[in-house]
Amino acid sequence: MEVLANIINGASLGSVYAIIALGYTMVYGIAKMLNFAHGDVIMVGAYICFCAVSYLGLPALAGVLLSVVGCTVLGIVVERLAYKPLRNAPSLNVLITAIGVSYFLQNAALIIMGSDPKSFSSIIALPALQLFDGRLTISATAVITILACVIIMVALTLFTTKTKMGKAMRACSEDRDAAQLMGINVNSTISMVFAIGSGLAAIAGILMCSAYPTLMPTTGSMPGIKAFTAAVLGGIGSIPGAALGGVLLGIIEILARAYISTQLADAVVFAVLIVMLLIRPAGLLGKPVNEKV
Amino acid sequence: MLSVYNINVWYGAIHAIKNVSFEVNDGEIVALIGANGAGKSTTLKTLSGLLRSRSGSIKFMDQDIMHMSAEKIVENGLVHVPEGRRIFQQMTVEENLDMGAYTQPRDTIAGNLERVYEHFPRLKERRRQIAGTLSGGEQQMLAMGRALMANPKLLMLDEPSMGLAPILVEQIFEIIQALHKAGTTILLVEQNAQAALSIATRGYVMETGTVTLTGSGQELLHNDDVRKAYLGG
Repeated sequence: MEVLANIINGASLGSVYAIIALGYTMVYGIAKMLNFAHGDVIMVGAYICFCAVSYLGLPALAGVLLSVVGCTVLGIVVERLAYKPLRNAPSLNVLITAIGVSYFLQNAALIIMGSDPKSFSSIIALPALQLFDGRLTISATAVITILACVIIMVALTLFTTKTKMGKAMRACSEDRDAAQLMGINVNSTISMVFAIGSGLAAIAGILMCSAYPTLMPTTGSMPGIKAFTAAVLGGIGSIPGAALGGVLLGIIEILARAYISTQLADAVVFAVLIVMLLIRPAGLLGKPVNEKV
Repeated sequence: MLSVYNINVWYGAIHAIKNVSFEVNDGEIVALIGANGAGKSTTLKTLSGLLRSRSGSIKFMDQDIMHMSAEKIVENGLVHVPEGRRIFQQMTVEENLDMGAYTQPRDTIAGNLERVYEHFPRLKERRRQIAGTLSGGEQQMLAMGRALMANPKLLMLDEPSMGLAPILVEQIFEIIQALHKAGTTILLVEQNAQAALSIATRGYVMETGTVTLTGSGQELLHNDDVRKAYLGG
């Protein structure tokens, strides 16, 4: 029973990683850049929800909505101001800019919200699930987080395979020039991907803080890096890969925390990344890159 | 229909296109021939808005398109089939065709799709197949079919015969002629000068970024310099 509970908790944490990793992987797929500021968008999303609920007294759902809208706008603005001017610059420049944006967001949060941790009150006010005569307890947050991840995955899959915009997005990520020759506006497509990724980050931030209620300006950085690890584990650029990588990583982390050592859990997570990169650098569902000779 | 006047294109410090001017009239097949690196593909990329000229003018159907975005140029009916086909390898054949129709109103797509399948019955057979698994000839057909989905008034083909077996080359050139008969004006870039000139109304010869010679397809085909340089004597 205890193992099962741990696995479910791991899947829940992993679902958060998966939702964040989707943003990483989609942005990488289309803009060929690693948006290291993505983790901090989670933190911004959580703060927006926190302020809306705790300071403005809005209902939880309104807080979520406000947070998603806020982060979507933030994603578009950051892309427009920081990354778009570097569209044809070497990738190292873009990477460093992304790290800069990350510091900027963290420090902006530090100035606006202060350095003391805020206690995030869970937006999910449902009783925990009792199974097997009470021997297995699953928190409502865990259930809803996993559900949210599944819904987001299904929605994104339908979006990218059935809609014109979604197909255009795949076309851009495969071949940007050819997509332009089809009449697809690459800039607005990239902008849309940043919008989707950042909106999802807001949801991830709220779900994560509902389970782990300490909110600080640096709250987003560790989950951000782990979600990046998850994206690489699953195969960066692949949407199902991000989901699989996220859930696996969450389960590994929780199991390591429970059965190996609380302190070493993070080390185990990153060790998995290193091993993965050694044996299958393209990730679980990534396509191996054939070098042209 | 298309008039290009004195365009100059640079890749960084390299002056790739030098004062190139040429014209394509309604209903023509115009061939742009020349060796590797002569600037043929660069010229097409400039016309479709992927590259920019620093001077001169590009007019298409009486509109200045030199400063127009690539998307708008496609919308106006100037459609480019790039070198190396550049189909979306991981998408299905039909999804590729869908992307070709990106700028088109929804209600015209079904009709266009039928027309493309008439020209390329092979694509219909394989419409659920992942495009990357098609053979080279089929991929070229897909690239051309995809461009047709955009309802081109002028179709620019960059090396459609590249890497294909002789029998397929013949087939592709037959299709080009069929498209032309059906009313599409064609600008054809080719290294296979023999094949291109024999179907062309007019041709231009490019060398290291400039147009060095022009004439009707037949004139160029029988021109001594052209024969020596591109037709093996």
